[in-house]
Amino acid sequence: MVTTTAPAAGVWGTIWQGITRSTSGFIGLCLVLGVLFFSFVGPLLIDTHNPTDVTKIWGAPSAEHWLGTNHQGKDTFTQLVLGGREPIWVGFVAALITVAIAVVLGAVAGYVRGRIDHFLLQLTDITMTIPFIVLMLVIASFYRTSSPLVVSFIIGLVTWPFLMRSIRAQVLSLKEREFIEAARLQDLGTARILFVEVLPNMAGYIFINFIIAITNAIYAVVGMYLLGLLPSTADNWGLMIQQAWDNNAFLLPQAAPFLIAPMVMIMLFQIGLVTMTRSLEQALNPRLRDR
Amino acid sequence: MIDHTIDSNEAAGLAHRADTAAHHRAEPPVLTLKGLRQTFKTPRGDVPAVAGVDLEVRPGQVLCLVGESGCGKTTTARMAAALTEPTAGSVLFRGKDVAEMDRTERAAFRRSVQYIHQDPYASLNPVRTVYSTVSAGLRRHKLVASHAEARRVTTELLERVDLVPAEDHLDKYPHQMSGGQRQRVAIARALAMNPEVIIADESTSMLDVSIRVSLLNTLGRLRDELGVGFLFITHDLAVAKYFAWQGEIAVMYLGKVVERGTAPRVINDPRHPYTKALISAVCEPDPDLVRKERVRLRGADIPDLTDLPSGCDFHPRCPLYEEGDCDSVRPPLVRGHDRLLACHVATRR
Repeated sequence: MVTTTAPAAGVWGTIWQGITRSTSGFIGLCLVLGVLFFSFVGPLLIDTHNPTDVTKIWGAPSAEHWLGTNHQGKDTFTQLVLGGREPIWVGFVAALITVAIAVVLGAVAGYVRGRIDHFLLQLTDITMTIPFIVLMLVIASFYRTSSPLVVSFIIGLVTWPFLMRSIRAQVLSLKEREFIEAARLQDLGTARILFVEVLPNMAGYIFINFIIAITNAIYAVVGMYLLGLLPSTADNWGLMIQQAWDNNAFLLPQAAPFLIAPMVMIMLFQIGLVTMTRSLEQALNPRLRDR
Repeated sequence: MIDHTIDSNEAAGLAHRADTAAHHRAEPPVLTLKGLRQTFKTPRGDVPAVAGVDLEVRPGQVLCLVGESGCGKTTTARMAAALTEPTAGSVLFRGKDVAEMDRTERAAFRRSVQYIHQDPYASLNPVRTVYSTVSAGLRRHKLVASHAEARRVTTELLERVDLVPAEDHLDKYPHQMSGGQRQRVAIARALAMNPEVIIADESTSMLDVSIRVSLLNTLGRLRDELGVGFLFITHDLAVAKYFAWQGEIAVMYLGKVVERGTAPRVINDPRHPYTKALISAVCEPDPDLVRKERVRLRGADIPDLTDLPSGCDFHPRCPLYEEGDCDSVRPPLVRGHDRLLACHVATRR
């Protein structure tokens, strides 16, 4: 006889338990929260006025300018604080769109089958053949002032097919399980069975793919800035790397912070997200939660 | 413990109970299977998994379907629960063909005929708590008005299936429970629909023997107190005898019913050679109680469903085989004085 009692800590307690169980996962979470704090709360705490100063071009790090100044004499640290919002925001929205489309279409295709499945699979094939970079080039040349939101929509709308296919495959297998048949015997209705009985069994998988989608979208948006596909005047890590590249910062030792700092921030955030998924899986799976 | 030896006193008492059961049999059947057939198309040829089965399940009665693996028991059960469509024949619920039902009638059928799977490890959703699993139907069909009522009704259902203290189990996940407890949850979920018929497909075969008896007792109480009719599928004659003693037993072989009658008659006085072989094959732990010699079959191999023998399906293995009808004419299921029997030789005797 198993005498385990239900955890009394409540939803947040069990999630906290799951998150702190794995050390690397917890470090990942701290990294993510740290970068988020830096990028979203940071701008409220510092003086965001960052004028061009021709007397301080490529200044070395000092007490006044912690990370030195850039090719226009602007403070690098201020730019770094202001530059995180856009890529993170774009990454989050793009991942949300991608995962939402993939989950809904994948679940419906896998569960309903028939002509809907056939049509949706054709749609994924077509979407997968869209060359992403070329599409961005075309859009960027038509709309010179693409907003971050438009960018995230485009990323979201072209990257869903891969996840959709794997979710469809999992639903195909899950729907044949006996507990789904039991739910059908209870006449629970297709929508409820699909979204309440089937999908929660994949919650961990979906969530981890959401995190991976964020990292992919961030790389995509930073890459586009780096290639100069997205003309933006706002401060942003991707743009900083591009400007450093354009101004040959890699040849100047005193310009190193301007080149390296945004790369380090992006890497810290991505490493944090990926290691965080490990504990999230434990937190979302009731079987792993109690161990 | 379940065994299949009965002393004379007990037999007399059971016979009396069986007569009372016969008295009840006047009630109209709630679930009727008529000429049910299921033929699976495979590259090797058609597989007639179920080849014409007629059965009735009456309220508060048990109909036990026994037979060896692959004889079509589960396929029959799934067709009876409308989980698969029969190739031919029909399932009647309260006299109405399930295939011709409209939406409302079908919904009523769906809820009134519940099915309990064999494997309690697969039939419960691992991410839902016991409360969530058992109350899903109640909440969906607005059988409860509030969350508090849902919890109360769920608690009552768990108590009804002897999962006590019920409050301790409400918020458990399936992985925190044993196989027997999970199967009780599956039964409570079926009961939540207030069913008239429960189709139990080998529902106790995955459980330990000691737990099996107590689960059978629980099911027996549901049958007696709630008047639920059972279509009970098992390969274990000891279980059939224990649970269906006041009901009927139908023995299936290769997709057909070969013998059907009240449980005491089929168990104590089997007439069909296949039933005799099944009964003599039940394990008996006490060597002193092994009185009869095992029925010896002429062959151990079950014929291939795609290539059935001519005449009686059982004749290549049958100890009573006689040349003539047995290998040329398929014996029909005919009514004898106390049972239905499909055997040329046994019917003549």
